[in-house]
Amino acid sequence: MVKIIYKTHDGDVSEIDVPEGWSVMQAAVSNGVDGIEAECGGSCCCATCHCYVDEGFADKLAAPNDQEEGMLDNTVAERRSNSRLSCQITVTPALEGMVVTLPEVQS
Amino acid sequence: MGASPVLPPVIVVGAGQGGLQVAESLRSEGFSGDILLLGAEHHAPYHRPPLSKGLLLGETTAGQVLIRQPAVFDKKGITLRTGTRVAGLDPAARQIVLETGERLEYQALVLATGARPRRLPVPGADARGVHSIRTLDDAQAIGAELAAAENVVVIGGGFIGLEMAAVARKLGKAVTVVEAADRLMARVVAPPVSDHYRALHEGHGVTILFGTAVAGIAVEDGTARGVRCADGTMLPADLVVLGIGVEPETVLAEGAGLVCDRGVVVDGCGRTSHPDIYAIGDCAARRLPDGQCQRLESVQNAVELGKACAAAIVGPDKPFIAAPWFWSDQYDAKLQMVGLSAGHDTVVARQDGATCSWFYFKDGRLIAIDSVNRPADHMAGRKLLAGPNVLTPEMAADGAYPLKDAMTAPVA
Ligand SMILES: Cc1cc2nc3c(=O)[nH]c(=O)nc-3n(C[C@H](O)[C@H](O)[C@H](O)COP(=O)(O)OP(=O)(O)OC[C@H]3O[C@@H](n4cnc5c(N)ncnc54)[C@H](O)[C@@H]3O)c2cc1C
Ligand code: FES
Repeated sequence: MVKIIYKTHDGDVSEIDVPEGWSVMQAAVSNGVDGIEAECGGSCCCATCHCYVDEGFADKLAAPNDQEEGMLDNTVAERRSNSRLSCQITVTPALEGMVVTLPEVQS
Repeated sequence: MGASPVLPPVIVVGAGQGGLQVAESLRSEGFSGDILLLGAEHHAPYHRPPLSKGLLLGETTAGQVLIRQPAVFDKKGITLRTGTRVAGLDPAARQIVLETGERLEYQALVLATGARPRRLPVPGADARGVHSIRTLDDAQAIGAELAAAENVVVIGGGFIGLEMAAVARKLGKAVTVVEAADRLMARVVAPPVSDHYRALHEGHGVTILFGTAVAGIAVEDGTARGVRCADGTMLPADLVVLGIGVEPETVLAEGAGLVCDRGVVVDGCGRTSHPDIYAIGDCAARRLPDGQCQRLESVQNAVELGKACAAAIVGPDKPFIAAPWFWSDQYDAKLQMVGLSAGHDTVVARQDGATCSWFYFKDGRLIAIDSVNRPADHMAGRKLLAGPNVLTPEMAADGAYPLKDAMTAPVA
């Protein structure tokens, strides 16, 4: 299990123990964290699982592929340098303690 | 203290993608009464798309396809009863009747019963080794046989059949797709898109038989051994997967006398012909402004109509009006579709290497876009189709023209 910390726009914090191999999105949705819609269920087709990742973990994440890039350009909340689609981040032990901040709106 | 009258729950029949959405959206819309979510399957609501994609490849586990953990239902005050089939409706008494005979009263009723796979009306179709792919149980049954299978025959060259073919090829199986029409996904995409997918599958070693009807399944000891085509050809098979479409699950609605037209007829908020009864998702046929009924089979439709239905129950209305969108994953090709291309008179392509989008026009107006590995075109299309736009076929075909300019640009 890897601890991921989700912070909603309102400042609600949920610490979730995520099984390795799950996506950051799956663990949030499975636990009913508000602020992630994930309409497409992780197929990288909806951009409603947008999150801002802890800058300190940037080098531990694989770069977005072309599909994620294209969808990230179309998030409803502003795209920032640390924007990612949470369904495309697979949890590994290297992400222990990573904080992901959720935008105010997803759709 | 006088007890306030306790209203019966809102009952949602069908604990799939749409049913879950209605239940949760009722809460986010501020509904404070009881919510009862009833599902015939033994599983809590789960995502169906991975069933024909990552699940069979082992990229996704059964635990990962479940949408919510049980605790979330408690937290949101939703009572989920799985393994509970509704046998009939009694609208006059505002009750539903379960298979067990138990009667439950409702204040509002939502039918989110989905669709069931069409059966193949030929001899042998009920043999072991012949599967539809609609439920998690179906997918797990296929998964259990897939490992040992050598020859996989997929009947039907639509989205689900082709996803299944791609999965089986990735696992190294010999795969044949039998299609009655003369091209793939003929019901929804234009010929150039069909051709693109034919080349993709044939390039991956899939044999595709077009214009071919299935006459029967060859069975030995109760197990499928082959698929017999109408022209006499026998295709060896130890696993046969049916991808020949679905029928909307309208039995309850029809039994209660609700208006149905290849789906339970509803408005943009999911209202049926009976007050206090709603229908959403795959089982619903939405009446459009031109009077036509449109039944969609997609996650977006289940989710958006689910949200609209919850809003209508709580008030005020927030009808579902967005352009339909859908996706399909086959090998490394992600097909994203927005709008409905039926009735188009012009198709133009916007292409760059292996990525391509096809833009469909009718009477000079953009009506749909199919994109392969071009997510930006797809997302631009969602915005273009949501309002007025000035996109012409010439602009669409010009890869240098920024699509977003067509949202606002005045006609020169
Ligand atoms: C293999 C597969 C792949 C797919 N891939 C995609 C994709 O890539 N993209 C996409 O957008 N869509 C895809 N879809 C379609 C999408 O999953 C459906 O459109 C969506 O699930 C519809 O949701 P629903 O709630 O209307 O129905 P469902 O999710 O089918 O749920 C209906 C539920 O109602 C239950 N039910 C029926 N009758 C009763 C009764 N009398 N009593 C109690 N319960 C009852 C059923 O058991 C079922 O669990 C796919 C579907 C399948 C099967
Ligand atoms: S869940 Fe849809 S893009 Fe991530």
